[in-house]
Amino acid sequence: MRLHEYQSKSIFAQHGIPIPKGRVANTAGEVKQIAEELGGRVVIKAQVLVGSRGKAGGIRLAKSVQEAEEIATQILSMDLRGLAVRRVLVDEIVSFSKEIYLGITNDRTERKPVIIASGAGGIDIEQVARETPQRIIKVYLDAPFGLHDFQTRELAIGIDLPRELWKSFNGIAKGLWKAFKENDAAIAEINPLVVTQSGSLIALDGKLIVDDNSLFRHPELVEIRDLDAEEPVEVEARKYGLSYIRLDGNIGCMVNGAGLAMATLDIIKQSGGNPSNFLDIGGGASADKVSTALRIICADPAVKVILVNIFGGITRCDEVARGILAARNEVNRPIPLVVRLAGTNAEKGLKLLADTDMKTASSLEDAARKAVEIAAREMK
Amino acid sequence: MSILVNKQTRVLVQGITGHEGSFHTAQMIAAGTEVVAGVTPGRGGEWVLDGKVPVFDTVKQAVGVTEVNAGVIFVPASAAADAILEEADAGLELIVCITEGIPVKDMIQTCAGLKKTQSRLIGPNCPGIISPGESLVGIIPASIAIPGDIGIISRSGTLTYEVLHGLKQAGLGVSTCVGIGGDAIKGCDFVDLLEFFEDDPHTKSVVLIGEIGGMDEERAAEMIAAKFSKPVYGFIAGLSAPAGKRMGHAGAIVEGGSGGAEEKVEALQQAGVKVAASPGEVISLIQK
Repeated sequence: MRLHEYQSKSIFAQHGIPIPKGRVANTAGEVKQIAEELGGRVVIKAQVLVGSRGKAGGIRLAKSVQEAEEIATQILSMDLRGLAVRRVLVDEIVSFSKEIYLGITNDRTERKPVIIASGAGGIDIEQVARETPQRIIKVYLDAPFGLHDFQTRELAIGIDLPRELWKSFNGIAKGLWKAFKENDAAIAEINPLVVTQSGSLIALDGKLIVDDNSLFRHPELVEIRDLDAEEPVEVEARKYGLSYIRLDGNIGCMVNGAGLAMATLDIIKQSGGNPSNFLDIGGGASADKVSTALRIICADPAVKVILVNIFGGITRCDEVARGILAARNEVNRPIPLVVRLAGTNAEKGLKLLADTDMKTASSLEDAARKAVEIAAREMK
Repeated sequence: MSILVNKQTRVLVQGITGHEGSFHTAQMIAAGTEVVAGVTPGRGGEWVLDGKVPVFDTVKQAVGVTEVNAGVIFVPASAAADAILEEADAGLELIVCITEGIPVKDMIQTCAGLKKTQSRLIGPNCPGIISPGESLVGIIPASIAIPGDIGIISRSGTLTYEVLHGLKQAGLGVSTCVGIGGDAIKGCDFVDLLEFFEDDPHTKSVVLIGEIGGMDEERAAEMIAAKFSKPVYGFIAGLSAPAGKRMGHAGAIVEGGSGGAEEKVEALQQAGVKVAASPGEVISLIQK
C-alpha cells in the first residue's frame, strides 16, 4: 500500500524529520488561502500515486497568491497517467544548494534492511545508481538492533556531507528508520533531502510504501488508504482476495497461482495473442470467488474470449467449474470461454461443463492456441 | 533417492486441527509420509485423523515424546513467524512453512533468529517438498509425480505442478521437488538447493523454475557456472509481464536494474542452462 506524499511526510515529521511548511488542499480556493499564509511563493504538487509527477507537469512553482490559485485550478483538473488529481500539496518554496537521496528498503538477498544514501539525489537517482554506483552508499542493518550512530556517520562521510550537518543527518536517518520499522514499510524514502541555503537539512519529498501483508496490524494505515487514487477494478478484486492487473489486450485470463498466471500470459503472447489482464485467484478458491473473478474480467469491454487455466492442488476443479457456471448465468454478455482444468477433481469439473458450449483444452498450449483463434475470429 | 525428505523423515504438523492442516495431513499420510505429531496450542492431549496422530500444546512437548525431525506449518500468517522459531527452538532440522502472507518484517527477524540454530527453512508461501514414493512434506498433489532422477527447484506452486504433471506424462520421474516459495524473504534459495542436488548421487539433472523479481536466478546462474556439474534446465515466468507497478527508487537501486525475465534467461543461458520458452518445452528439452 502506497501512501501519498503528504501522508508520508506527515509520518516522517512525527519522527522528527524536518519538512517544509505546507498543507494539503482539495480546491483552488483552499490553495489560495494556504498560499496567502505562506507568503505567496509556493510549490504546488499533485497528490497521485504515480511516479515522475514532476516530469508529467504535476509539480509547479507559483510566485504569487494569484498564480498559485491559477496553477491549482489547472493541476486539479489534470489526469496523470489516467488518474484524476483530486488533491494538491501546497508547500513553502525552499532554496537549496545540494540534493541528497536517503532511502530504506529490505534487501532480498541479504535478508536485511538496507539504508541507502547518495550525494547525487533528485529525479535522476536511478540513472546515478546504474552509471556511477560508487556514488551510492549502502549500509545493512541488523533487524533487532537497528541503525547505529556510527552507521549514519559512515553514510554522512560517504556522501561528503559537511561535518556541521552530521548531527542533524543522524536524527533524520534514525527518524526514517523508525518510520520504516513502525509502519512495516517496504520502502521509506526522502528524495530529495536538501541542504538549504541557510545550511540546514529538510525533506522536500517523502514516500512510504507499506507491506500489504502487514496491514492486519495497521488499522490506522488502512483508514487513511486513498481508494479513489487506485484503479477501481483492482480495489474491487482485492476486496475478494483476487490479484488483478489490467493489461491492454483482448484475451481475459483466470489462473490459480501467480507463476502459472504469468506463464499463461507468456504463452498467449507466444501464440500471437494479447492478454487483457493478469488474474490470480489464489489457492483453494470457492465457486463464489471464481464467479466474482469472471465478472471482473467481463467488465472490461475489450475482452473477446476468456481463458481459464486451473491446475488444482488445494484448488478443486469441480468447485471452479461451479463458479464458472454461476458466472455464466449472471453475465449477459456472451463471451466465449476456453477452459483447461487439471489436477484435483479435474474429471468432475469437466463433467459439469460437458453440456455447455464452452471449449475445453487438454493442455496449456492447446488452451492458448484455441483462445487466440477465437479472439482473432471475434475481432473480424 | 532424494534430498531433504525421505522414508526416515518424521513429521510434526503445526496447525493440524485447522481446515487446511487436517486436510493436507491426511494427504501426506496417504502419500506415505510418517506424520508422528501435531501441535495446536490449547488442544494438547487430543488424537486426530481417526485417532492416528497425537496433538500437543507445544513443539517441545511433541519432541520430548515422539521422534520428530521435520516440521510443516499451516498456521495463519500472523502466527507463522512464531511457529517457525518455535520449531527451530525445539531443534527440528527441517522446517517447511506453507503459510502465505507473512509480513516481511517478521520474516527478516525470523531469518536472523534461524542463523543461530541448526534448522533449515523451506518457504514460506511454498507448496513444500516431495520425494515421490518416499515422503511428502507439504501440499504438492502426490498423484502427479513419479520417482526418478530429476531434481526440481521452483519459486512457484501451480507452475511446479504443471511441470511435474508433464514429466509424469512423458514417463520421467523426480528424485525430489522443492518449492522454495514466492516471497521476497525466504529460508532457502536456488543456490542452497543446488548444493544439495550436486551432492545427491541419484539426481542426474535439475529443473529450475523461476520468475521475475529479485536476484535468485542470477545468483543461481553464477553458482552453476562456477561449480555445478549436472545438466540444468530452466523456465522463467513473466517474459511478457509489463514493467508493472514501480515501487520507488530504493528497490531499483538495490537490484541495479536487473531482475527482469530477459536478464534472468540470459544469465542462465550463459551458465549453460537450457532455458525453455514454456513449461511444456521443459519436458521436450529433457527428452532430447
